[in-house]
Amino acid sequence: MSDEQFEPKIVGFLCNWCSYRAADLAGTARIAYAPNVRIIRVMCSGRVDPTFVLKALSMGADGVMIAGCHPGECHYIEQNYKAMRRFNMLQHTLKAMGVEEQRVQLVWASAAEGQQLAEAIDKLVADIRALGPLGWSKNWEENGERIKALQDIVNEHNEAMEVPR
Amino acid sequence: MAERVGVYVCHCGSNIAGKVDVEEVAKWAGEHVKDVVVARDYKFMCSDLGQKMVEDDIKNEGLTRVVVAACSPHLHEKTFRRACKNGGLNPYLLEMTNIREHCSWVHKDTAAATEKAKALVSAAAERVKFQEPLEPTYVDVNPTTLVVGGGIAGLQATLELADAGYPVHLVERQPSIGGHMAQFDKTFPTLDCSACILTPKMSEAGQHENVTLHAYSELEEVSGSVGNFKVKIRQKARKVDFDLCTGCGVCVEKCPRKVVDTEFEAGMGNRKAIYMPFPQAVPRVPVLDTESCIWFERQRCGACQKLCPTNAINFEQEDELIELNVGNIIIATGWKPFDCHKIPQYGYGRLANVYTSLEFERLCNAAGPTNGKILLRDGKTVPKSVAIIHCVGSRDLNHNPYCSSVCCMASLKFAHLVTEKTGAEVHSFYIDIRTNQKDYEEFYQRLLDEGVHFVRGKVSEVTDAARSENERGKLIVQAEDTLIGRQQRFPVDMVILMGALEPQTDARELGLKCGISCSMAGFYTERHPKLDPVATMTDGVFVAGACQGPKDIPASVVQGAAAAARVAGMITKGKVMIEPVVAAIDEENCSGCRICNNLCPYNAIEYDAQRGVSHVITALCKGCGTCVSACPAEVISGAHFSNKQIYAEIEGALWDAIRPAGVPGESETAEVSAS
Repeated sequence: MSDEQFEPKIVGFLCNWCSYRAADLAGTARIAYAPNVRIIRVMCSGRVDPTFVLKALSMGADGVMIAGCHPGECHYIEQNYKAMRRFNMLQHTLKAMGVEEQRVQLVWASAAEGQQLAEAIDKLVADIRALGPLGWSKNWEENGERIKALQDIVNEHNEAMEVPR
Repeated sequence: MAERVGVYVCHCGSNIAGKVDVEEVAKWAGEHVKDVVVARDYKFMCSDLGQKMVEDDIKNEGLTRVVVAACSPHLHEKTFRRACKNGGLNPYLLEMTNIREHCSWVHKDTAAATEKAKALVSAAAERVKFQEPLEPTYVDVNPTTLVVGGGIAGLQATLELADAGYPVHLVERQPSIGGHMAQFDKTFPTLDCSACILTPKMSEAGQHENVTLHAYSELEEVSGSVGNFKVKIRQKARKVDFDLCTGCGVCVEKCPRKVVDTEFEAGMGNRKAIYMPFPQAVPRVPVLDTESCIWFERQRCGACQKLCPTNAINFEQEDELIELNVGNIIIATGWKPFDCHKIPQYGYGRLANVYTSLEFERLCNAAGPTNGKILLRDGKTVPKSVAIIHCVGSRDLNHNPYCSSVCCMASLKFAHLVTEKTGAEVHSFYIDIRTNQKDYEEFYQRLLDEGVHFVRGKVSEVTDAARSENERGKLIVQAEDTLIGRQQRFPVDMVILMGALEPQTDARELGLKCGISCSMAGFYTERHPKLDPVATMTDGVFVAGACQGPKDIPASVVQGAAAAARVAGMITKGKVMIEPVVAAIDEENCSGCRICNNLCPYNAIEYDAQRGVSHVITALCKGCGTCVSACPAEVISGAHFSNKQIYAEIEGALWDAIRPAGVPGESETAEVSAS
């Protein structure tokens, strides 16, 4: 490994039934892939609260992977569709915050697709390596508009959350 | 009070230690991860001594949390939960992190793998502090079992359970049970007649007081979980009243419409539009094929209806949905033959005297279309020479990479039958001869003595284009004999293609219904390939026979019996443990927004209109956690996967990341949320 090469730190949220098992299978089959993704097991991709992604990015992760069963193959019938919807909304928010969309990727991998998961991880790592470190706070400082956009999101959210008494 | 965390890093022999510096990881965890009071590495954590180490440390060091960094939790979480329990710690205060499948086995660089292992251990150690003691619940197991598939594996499972005194529902898609074995003539290596050993089992299943047969039915829907599944079965319309029919066969005899039987006779023989697939069919109730029936074509004929002595024919009969409650499910849906049309150079479908193995089975069968005489398609010529081609569609990267495992023995059986019945010369073209079960190799030796020619080489083509006088009117098999290193042409009268065993076309679909997964090839995945070959990842669902991978009759019977034994064990125990990983709503703080209500696919969230709050019906909740992440007020908690736990895990996983300025430090973050 060359000294100059940027090694991104990535958090992966993998569903217990398909993707985590795909990663297990990749292991059993000794399919080599980049060591940058640190895997966190959740029961379903539907459990992935967008907050988790924001939390990971704010804690210094350069990217996030969310992986679940293929659409139509969810262990919990259809919860991966909910993950998909949240993911799309989250991408919208992230964009407003200046986070490139390749940094957060949603991947489908069935328990038999160790190879595909390994490839997806390698792709994610390559994509993020090309983007460089997230540089989150730097982005904020350089561009005042982003702070405003972020503030707007928070305000909108708070308004929506207000329960009339 | 600070937790006292114990971290155990497994070497797994050299499986982990070969790539990850386990001693360094353990040492680092002891020194750098907060609240870790014990950090050890050990050769084999899952061994008795490894487990004992955890138990002793809980007792002697007062551990309140345990982290085991080893293999996948799917493999050994139970082992270490038990160890915690034995040490007096609630089993849910354990966290396993996977540094084998997810780390040492997939990364090439030792330094990088060690760094990743540290991050994974740190994540687990941070998370485990927020874990809470949980108590599993127990539910009763319904003693009734559903067996899907009435081939030999399913029949064996059915009879084992029924004989043990437990009720069984046997669902079979075809009009009769029996499966592929009913089509065969002889079975290897003993050459006893397939029907003679199968039909007693079929009729026993048909008459057994504990067996309810659902032939000509399909599994439509499965809900519920281990111990208490609810299944829907579609009883396809036979157009024959099951209770009135006596099986006399007058309708079949009088039906004027003959069609080619592509199912049971594999296209080699005919059947009527109303038919029983074969004389020993169980149940002995015919099925009317509406596709070919004259009545359904143009509302004429109706001979069967007029002549039925018990008025059992009912053209208006519709599919019926039957609902059943069962405790366990055994899937034994078997295999389907490879479509030999896919290898056009072998000429199947184009050259008349090229047969598939199933067609040849019917040709040999005394109850088959030629009464067991081996004849060419013209119906009168006895072949003087026969070629058998192995591995058609298996061990072939263009089709199926796997070995179909039964074809070598089946082809030896065919070679024997041809020699015995016709005296024809047999050439058997193989890649490798695989005869690795009891008495199989002896059978191969016997065939060598019988004078069968074995040619080691893959056939490149089968053609009828003659190049010389002695090839005229013959099928010419072109192959390289790799043992003498020469291309050769073999003129023969008949060619038999030993097609691969493939998973059923709808295997994935059925797997989805039952919550079990398939391998790349499409065979069902067992829980453990060696140690748990008939259980699946879904509790209460078992697999048996060729639906799990190509296998012969003895192996299918073994699996059928094994699955039955596993189910019988569950029934005898009477109760199963249900994981306490479920969601719960803090009703005090629920605003009653009802966002979660529609998210639950199991309808486990109920809205109490009077109190204006939602609550979770624990028995229905499967613990996916989708509602937890959707609750805008964060008042739904997901046991064992709570927000706090996952936040801590994220933080731990990123222990070495450079935190942007302004992000709160470790102690506060667990409380921080998006809003």
